Amino acid sequence: MAKHYQPRKSLLALAIITVLLVVGAYAAGDSNTPKLGLDLRGGTQVILAPVGDGGKSVTNDQLSQTVRIIRQRVDGFGVAESSVTTQGSGANTKIVVSIPGVTSSELVDSLKTTAKLNFRQVLAVAAGTPASITSTKPGKKPKPAPTVPAKWLVPPIQTANPNDPKFVKIFQALDCAKFGATGNGTSDDESKYLITCGKDDPKAKYLLAPAELSGTDIQNATAGMPTQGAGGYEISLSLTTSGASKFAETTKRLANEKEPMNQFGIVLDGIVLSDPRVNEAILGGNAVITGKFTAEEAQNLAQSLKYGALPVTLNIDDKSQVSPTLGNDQLHAALLAGMFGLLLVILYLVLYYRALGLVAVVSLVLAASLLYLSFILLGNQIGFTLTLAGIAGAIVAIGITADSFVVYFERLRDELREGKRLRSAVDHGWTRARRTILAADFVSFLAAVILYFMSVGNVRGFAFTLGLTTVIDVFVAFLFTRPLVNLLANSAWMNKGGSMTGVSPERLGAPVQTEAAQ
Amino acid sequence: MSKLGDLGNRLYRGEASYDFVGRRRVWYIVSAAFLALSIGTLGVAGLNLGIEFKGGAQYTVAVAGASNVDVTTARKAVESAGATASSVTIVGQDKIRVQTPALTAEKSTKVTNSLASAFKTEQSKVSSQLVGPTWGAEVSKNAARALVVFLVLVALFLSFYFEWPMAFAGLTALVHDVLITVGIYALVGFEVTPATVIGFLTILGYSLYDTVVVFDKVRENTAGLLSGSRMSYREAANLALNQTLVRSINTSIVALLPVLSILLVGVIKLGPGTLNDLALALFVGMLVGTYSSIFIATPILVQIKERNPAVQAQASRVESRRKNGAAETTTATFVESSRGVVTGARQQRVKQTRSSRSGK
Repeated sequence: MAKHYQPRKSLLALAIITVLLVVGAYAAGDSNTPKLGLDLRGGTQVILAPVGDGGKSVTNDQLSQTVRIIRQRVDGFGVAESSVTTQGSGANTKIVVSIPGVTSSELVDSLKTTAKLNFRQVLAVAAGTPASITSTKPGKKPKPAPTVPAKWLVPPIQTANPNDPKFVKIFQALDCAKFGATGNGTSDDESKYLITCGKDDPKAKYLLAPAELSGTDIQNATAGMPTQGAGGYEISLSLTTSGASKFAETTKRLANEKEPMNQFGIVLDGIVLSDPRVNEAILGGNAVITGKFTAEEAQNLAQSLKYGALPVTLNIDDKSQVSPTLGNDQLHAALLAGMFGLLLVILYLVLYYRALGLVAVVSLVLAASLLYLSFILLGNQIGFTLTLAGIAGAIVAIGITADSFVVYFERLRDELREGKRLRSAVDHGWTRARRTILAADFVSFLAAVILYFMSVGNVRGFAFTLGLTTVIDVFVAFLFTRPLVNLLANSAWMNKGGSMTGVSPERLGAPVQTEAAQ
Repeated sequence: MSKLGDLGNRLYRGEASYDFVGRRRVWYIVSAAFLALSIGTLGVAGLNLGIEFKGGAQYTVAVAGASNVDVTTARKAVESAGATASSVTIVGQDKIRVQTPALTAEKSTKVTNSLASAFKTEQSKVSSQLVGPTWGAEVSKNAARALVVFLVLVALFLSFYFEWPMAFAGLTALVHDVLITVGIYALVGFEVTPATVIGFLTILGYSLYDTVVVFDKVRENTAGLLSGSRMSYREAANLALNQTLVRSINTSIVALLPVLSILLVGVIKLGPGTLNDLALALFVGMLVGTYSSIFIATPILVQIKERNPAVQAQASRVESRRKNGAAETTTATFVESSRGVVTGARQQRVKQTRSSRSGK
């Protein structure tokens, strides 16, 4: 194998991989730099532990509903690139919420408040952006030019007295397009009137009466195929005994009202999920909501109805808020440490291994570039974010990557000490070093994988970079360092074995006579 | 540099040699003393756990203008929000760090606001971390679980790749490294944070990296050894250690340099935090790891191997061959000296090495 080894082929393979990486990193994605984690750009990260009633672990349904509610709240902050993810499984499930750039504590506190679901009578509906009002509560005339301080215009807005002129003004001035969904937390007082926005686009705004039913009145909700002919999916609702009697009473009243006051606003977390019209009094405690629901919409609404009251307590495991200034400081310190560390390693390698050391330096720089490209690619593809711990992992990996070159070079020099000539030493040294490099890298990789899968939060970033660099190390050592040393070994200068080559037989103390003997 | 290179040349040829394996009692005693000290300190004083493990809150305020950095102001601000500061430290030149016992999310918000107004800055300039009391327990549990899974998988891998005595010796060295590193933390009182735990776990991978490199050479030197009678297993293993000594030193230096760089920049620029915690754990762990791969792993390996009757028989064959052999070859047994490194021409040994290779 050693005889037929063609270094140029390896280099070509590496070049193709590199080009693919460059194309992948810069062509497909939306970002040309690695995505930075919150500890480097500022922002808030909360790790929430969901706990079911009585300390039980949460079911998958409950979890997905919880995540949906949190996502709805986070989207309400209107921050781009916010993310809500789950990590771990079973009793160890965590919900990780990341909101870049935002460090307002109130917003974060609102995340863990219990979600409320209730049914309210619709008193008025209007297009989400102020223009015309299709209907108001009887007796109320719209004021022409409402001037309301902007801070009041964050839904949901509540009052005990819907006839308060200020409240009416707010309803007129409210612009739902300005708010993702909700921005004011979830202070949904069931006994008060409510002004808020709808969930679906185009957003409508609603004036709603105090709640008639709450989430605890609902026994079950399921999504199903439409029973008769056309129309979308539908949701069947069954109510508890007390819920059924409340529902009967309300529907009896609503069925006789005019549009839009014959509608229910189903409000979750201060947002109107759906506004079904009541066609008739529903007495049996079983109702069906029909409409143009897709299967997924129906499924989501059914889950919201069933778990709306959020039977899950969210404990804050870890909440960290990093100001953009501190984030920036940390980023610069980490980069400085990386540069400095790389420089030290380069100096050592060049001083000790001379020309071979230069090969190692170029290999290191190549590995670093490949790592950078991978960060961009993975950031675009799987949303990988680079955290402080991640950068630390990369810096530590400089040493581990350089170690595999050291292993190879020392092997090579061992072969020269045995009296082999350079070209055969290069091949034999590699054959022996290869196994060691693979075994050692495998152990590092194993440690990284285990760390990644058994941890939550920051640790993952570190483990991920460490694992990634190990893989890159193998690629670089096999497809770059080895062929490069091979090509160098063909050069007359290296074969002369001057003191700068790092492979001088004299300096290595190889017996001179064997040179001739071989 | 070239001195290290020269030493490397001589070590490789066996002109210079140090009897690592033969002096194992010394290393064992040194390590046992460290282990006893570690476990003792852990038992008595325990670790200095960060807020991530105890639960609590931490705030960092970037103060505008270095002259305004004032510990009392911070303490008062925290108190006015209804909390008590358990520690207030000045970090870097213009940052102040406050730690408090566990708070509710609402109270934590109050502290943030109070600090912001006390230092005349915006709420968004205050960095904070609030940790629930169960988080740390979970981090530790995960770490312990990761440790066990890692040990089992690595034991399997090493048994498969090498052989079980090597797996056992490697893992013993590994446990030794982690225990002593943690012990040093207890002894010095460095704060243990999740970043430190990551550091500890990374040592696992690194410590084995070194050991794998040495064992690979041991395996190479001892291949086909039992059929010959030139060198005993103990001698071959010791030669491997000497031959890889420069490599071990180099890989350790190269691995330590970046860690040292993180540590320096971290201390000067950032003060306590993820970078420092991680780098410190790695720094201590890597030093211990290098020590153990040379002084602990291989001697243990030899000890296990020498329980094998075949290895014993071969060792006595070597012994008797030397007795019957020419008088000048008696020097083939490694010579110990109080200075450790013995130099001088031992041409006989070089030939032995080379012939044992070619005999392979």
